[in-house]
Parts: sequence; structure tokens; C-alpha cells
Amino acid sequence: MKRNLFSLLLCFVLAASLLIGCSSDKTPATGTGSASQDQETSETGTQEEATAEAITTAGPEDGTHLEMWTFVELHSDFYAEMLEQWNKDNPDKQLNITFTTYPYADMHNKLMLAIQSGSGAPDLCDIEIGQFPNFLQGEVQFRPLNDVIEPYKKDIVQSRLDLYSKDGNYYGIDFHVGATVMFYNTKILNQYGIDYTKIKTWDDFTAAGEQLKEAGGGKVYMTSVDTGGTDWLWLAMAEYGEDYTTDDGAPDIEIDSIKNMITMQQGWLNDGIAMISPGGQVDMEEGFANISDGNIVAFPKAMWFMSRFLNYMPEMTDTWAIAPCPVFEEGQPRSVGIGGTGTVVSNQSPNADLAAQFLAWAKLSYDGEVKIWENLGFDPLNTTIWSDETITKDPNNKYISYFVTNPFDTLNEIKDEIGKIKVGTINPAISEQFNLTILNNCFENGADAEDELATAQDELEIEY
Amino acid sequence: MEKLKKLLYSQKAAPYILVLPFILSFAFFWIYPLFSTVKMSFQSILPGEVEWIGLKNYSKLLKDTAFHTAIRNSFEYMIWTLVLLIPFPMIYACFMDSRLVKLKGLYKALLYLPALTSVVVAGTIFRLMFSEMEGSQMNQFISWFGLEPIKWLKVKSTSYFALLTIACWRWTGVNMLYFLAGLKNIDSGLYESAEIDGANGLKKFIYITMPLLKPTTIYVLTISVYAGLAMFLESFMLWNGNSSPNNIGLTIVGYLYRRGIEKNQLGYASAVGLVLLVIALSINVIQLFMNGTFKKEGK
Repeated sequence: MKRNLFSLLLCFVLAASLLIGCSSDKTPATGTGSASQDQETSETGTQEEATAEAITTAGPEDGTHLEMWTFVELHSDFYAEMLEQWNKDNPDKQLNITFTTYPYADMHNKLMLAIQSGSGAPDLCDIEIGQFPNFLQGEVQFRPLNDVIEPYKKDIVQSRLDLYSKDGNYYGIDFHVGATVMFYNTKILNQYGIDYTKIKTWDDFTAAGEQLKEAGGGKVYMTSVDTGGTDWLWLAMAEYGEDYTTDDGAPDIEIDSIKNMITMQQGWLNDGIAMISPGGQVDMEEGFANISDGNIVAFPKAMWFMSRFLNYMPEMTDTWAIAPCPVFEEGQPRSVGIGGTGTVVSNQSPNADLAAQFLAWAKLSYDGEVKIWENLGFDPLNTTIWSDETITKDPNNKYISYFVTNPFDTLNEIKDEIGKIKVGTINPAISEQFNLTILNNCFENGADAEDELATAQDELEIEY
Repeated sequence: MEKLKKLLYSQKAAPYILVLPFILSFAFFWIYPLFSTVKMSFQSILPGEVEWIGLKNYSKLLKDTAFHTAIRNSFEYMIWTLVLLIPFPMIYACFMDSRLVKLKGLYKALLYLPALTSVVVAGTIFRLMFSEMEGSQMNQFISWFGLEPIKWLKVKSTSYFALLTIACWRWTGVNMLYFLAGLKNIDSGLYESAEIDGANGLKKFIYITMPLLKPTTIYVLTISVYAGLAMFLESFMLWNGNSSPNNIGLTIVGYLYRRGIEKNQLGYASAVGLVLLVIALSINVIQLFMNGTFKKEGK
């Protein structure tokens, strides 16, 4: 008996020491996760993915009760703030909302199950744009939002509404345009005598990379290329005006823009101008570490990446500049809308009308749009804000004061050049092909881009 | 009341009444879902749009390379677990049963402990250990031998090493307990008489232990075949999700999950599930047949 007790004690000591040993290990919490996020173009917070689910309830208890799911805690904070304002303005329509934040994949899978089984869906739910097509198959189980969007429609970027529509009905309301811009580390670039404002084309960019390599002795890379994200490809497609799905929604990935982009990036890797993004893409814990360590000095990312700088690299104030992206040939459009979160109202909701009114007001009204910019740092859908100088020149705004350049200057410069890539039923499968297979093979193993694209195209046609 | 009593005491009815709860739950939780899956595998299922599409799901499976990868992965994983998780636990069990080993209780508890931990926790810890960062435990370990850091989970061979490490860490103790239970049933008189006849340890193992452990071995083999083919969570945790570079970690169940839950194609996922059932069933039937389980005993 005594010996049993002793052995049990030893076990616990061993197990405990094992766990303690692990927690003191300095590896970042997300592990390798090279392709763990196969979402097309996420705007998800990796930080939130690591944290446990968070539940908060806001509003008076006697108000109409609604459930809402999100996958980014900052989003629920934003809604909660808007809810407070709504309850002040609408004494006859008091709302009480419970916000639940789940990890990214978890939330989408839960919602999918609720919709397949016809019960258990929340009244309101955020859906990431890469996942949205999965929910538009068959009879859409969301309330069409056309009537509540109508009053705000004239100031809103139309293409961001179309992304979440089917047969003329709008089902989701987005936060932002997600205009892709180039972020440059001016401190390092100045140190090596490189003027980023002179970079207009990818050839200029490559030349700057060569110069950086010479001057920096190979310690600093111009940029990092992604094996687990398609942002670079989206940018290339928008510049050439191409799309990897046809008008009918069929896959068509063997296009010049993609071939040129992949081949150019392979060249950078061979010449030592670029590195492969640790973690697969920059919007990962590993990616943030790589940026703040000063390993790379430039990368294209949508405007919403600004919030990552403030959250994960607060020490890098007055370092980063925002500029239009380089192009293959001058005159091409210099940006593309990437990422997005379409918020939906479920058909299962007993208070769907009220939920829809609140949603449209919270995300599309002028006040809501201003909050989206101030709290979340997203480029709002309402473009009149972009030229409202009380907002764009506000010196107290944390985003405006963080960056070397004013984000709105760049936004207004590229306003008419923001391309749009269609998102259809086949898109999740296409991004899966790129993020799991094609980009890995091309960049990690040096495979030929044309061969890889041809193989993947065949597989996608079977899928389609 | 009288009638109920009569019914319960009736020799004909009582057995059926006693077995009824099982039959009901079996029908409700097993038979119905099984038939429903068969039905769904011939359908395209979308919210509000259920359509009969005949064999389309199956013909698509034949061309679906990701599915073929999943089958190959699950199969390789299963074979490796059989190779690693049957002989070694058997040998450990023999050591545990012999008088040579001290502190048996401690070893048993230590080997069994992993089975009690959650795969989610274990998978996360293994993911950190096998991270591609230079500071990860495995990379530090190999650096003692002067090797360069490896991207463990991006290459098939090393990622299988990681998966199998989890499997062995987790299941060795469980299988060992099965074998230990089997060993306890072997009459020690057999060993004594063998000793009198001059048999050494190895001979005793080959001619007494192994044949008499056969029922246990068959049991462990059967459940290992199924467990190997149905592996999902380990891979899901190791890659922090259902997607791995080049699908190196994709298993049949992972593919079923991807299609059914992530991509809203329950019909197609049902077909995947049935293929898994057919594969697991046929391997096990063949295996049991070859082991003579279906023969009548004593003839």
C-alpha cells in the first residue's frame, strides 16, 4: 500500500515537472502552424485564437435578448460599445446581447452544424469572408439584409456588399474595405540609404532588395513570401485585372498574374532578397516576431494589419510607413481589397428584424463607421469618412500617431485603384490548393510554378 | 399489476424485456445512423435542398486525390502503429510479469499515465516540442548532435515520427495492460514444467507465452487496426487544425470532417465515412478469419 502511494506521488511530481518545463519554454504559443490557417485572407486575430472563449453580456436585462458569436474579441467589444449607444437612442427597442468569442475554426464549424441541423444558431454571427461561400450553398439560412442596408447604401463601397450576396440579396455586412498597401520599415531603409517612395514597380522593389542585401550583409531581407496565404497572389491578380475564378465561378488558376508573382518570388528566394514567412504568413505570432526583430523591411498587407502593429509591436512607433503597392507595369492598379468579416442575421432568430436593424446601424451608420476606424483601425466602408479631416487629421488617434505617414493619404491616393477578387463556392478549395500544396512546393522545394498550377487546376476541376 | 408481474416472471418474455434497453439504444444510436449515412451518401445535402444524385459522390471519390492521400496516410499510420504498438507492449508486459523488475507499480502507473491525459493538451505540447523554431525542444535536442534545425511538421517522414511518438507515448501503457491481463491467465505450471524440461527464457516466450496470448493479441490487433485508421485528433492537434502542408497529416476521418463540417458537404462526407467503414471492416474480417477466430472451438 505504502509503495503504491509513493509511486503515485512520484508520478505526480514527474507530470508536474514536465508541464512546468514546457511552460517555461520560450517557443511562441502558436507552434509551427505552417498552414494551420487555410482561410483565404483572414482578418482574424491570432491572439484571440489562442485565448479561451470569452462571454460577455451587455444591455438591460429586460431588453430583447440576442445571442452573438464572433471569432475576434475586439469585434465584440466594438458591438458592445455600439449597443450602449443604441439603447440610449432607442428607449422603445432596448437590446440585451450576449457576445461569445470562439476560436476561429471552432466558431465557423459550430455555426455550420447549427445551420445544418436547423437549430442552435445565434441571432447574429460574424463570418470570415473565406468561409462565407460555404454558408451560401443551398437555400441560404440567413435573413436578407437589403431593407436595412438601403438607407446607408449610397455612401458604402458597393463591391464590399456584393461579396456577401446571392441572387440579389445581401446577407452579410462587412467592417472594412481591406485595401492592400505596402508597409515599409523606414528606420532600416534609411539606414541603408534606400528611399521607399521611389519604389514604383516590382523591378524597383527587387533592385532595392539587392541594394539592401549588399548593404546589410544578408542579415536583413527585403520581404518574406507566404507559403500559407494568398495575399501576394490577390495583389498580382488585381494588378493584371485577372481573377482565378471565371464569371461562372469555375476555377482558372493558370493565369499570368499568378505565374509571374510566384516566379518573381522564387527569384527573390534564390537571390537571398526574401525569406519564407515563418508560420506561413505574416499575420501569425511568428510573423509578428519576424517583423519586430527587423528581419524584413517591407510587406504588402491590407489596412487592417495596422491594428496588429499596435497590438503586437507597440514599441515600433514612427518606424513604419504606408505606401501604395508596387506594380508589374506602371499604370496598373495598385491595391486590392483583402479580408473581411460579413456579419449575418440567422433565419432561426425569433427577433431577426430587430437584430438586422441593430446590425446595419452598428456597422453602416456614420457613427458606427467612425468607431470602426477609431477602435479597430479598419478602413471603413463609408468613403466620406476618408476625406473628413476632423477624423483623418486627428492627432490624438492612436493609428495616425503610430505611423510615419498618414494612412488616409495613401487610401485616398489609391481610392479608385482598389481591385476586387470574386469569392465564390470554389474559393475555399482554391485557397486550400495554394496554401497547402502549391506555395509550399514552389517556395520550400523549388518546384516549377507552371507544373504545380496545372496539377492543381486538374484537381479543382474535379471539385468544381 | 398482476399482468405486469406475470409478464416479468414469464420465462419466454423476460429475456426480451431485459435485453430491450440495449436493443433500443442500439437501434437508435447505431442502426438508424448507419442506414441514414448510407442514404445520405447517395444524396447532395444542402440546407433546404436535398437531392438524390445516385453514385456521383462515389465516382467523385475515385478521382479525388486528396482523399487518396488521406487513405494512404491513414493506412501507413495504421501499419506503423501495429508494428510499434503490439510487439513492444507485449515484451514490456512480460518484463512486468517477471520477478526481475523492481517497482512494477511505478512503471505501470507511469506507462499508463499518458492514456489519462487529454489528447488536446498532449497534442499541443507535442506541437510545441516539434515546432520548426530553433528553440523548440526537438531542435535543441538534435543540435546536441550537431544537426541543423528541422522543419519537423512540414516534411512527411519527420511529421510521422512526431505522430508515432504521440501514439507510442499514449498507447504503450494501455496495450501493455491488456497483455498483462492475458499473462495472468497463463497457468504458471506450464512454465515450471518447461523449466524442468530445460527450456530457457526465449523458448518459454516463443512456445508458451506467445501462443497463449493469442486471444489478447487478436483483440489488440483488431482495435489497433480500427484506431489507426480512425485517427484524427492527434493530427488535428499537431497541426493546430485540419490542414497540413501538402496534406501530410490528412487522415480519412480528417477528410470526412473537412468535407462534412468545414465545407458543408454532408452527403460526400457520408460516402467518405462508409469507405472507411468498409476498409476497416474488411481488414478486420480478413485478419480474424486468418487467425481462426471464426472456426468453431475445439475441433
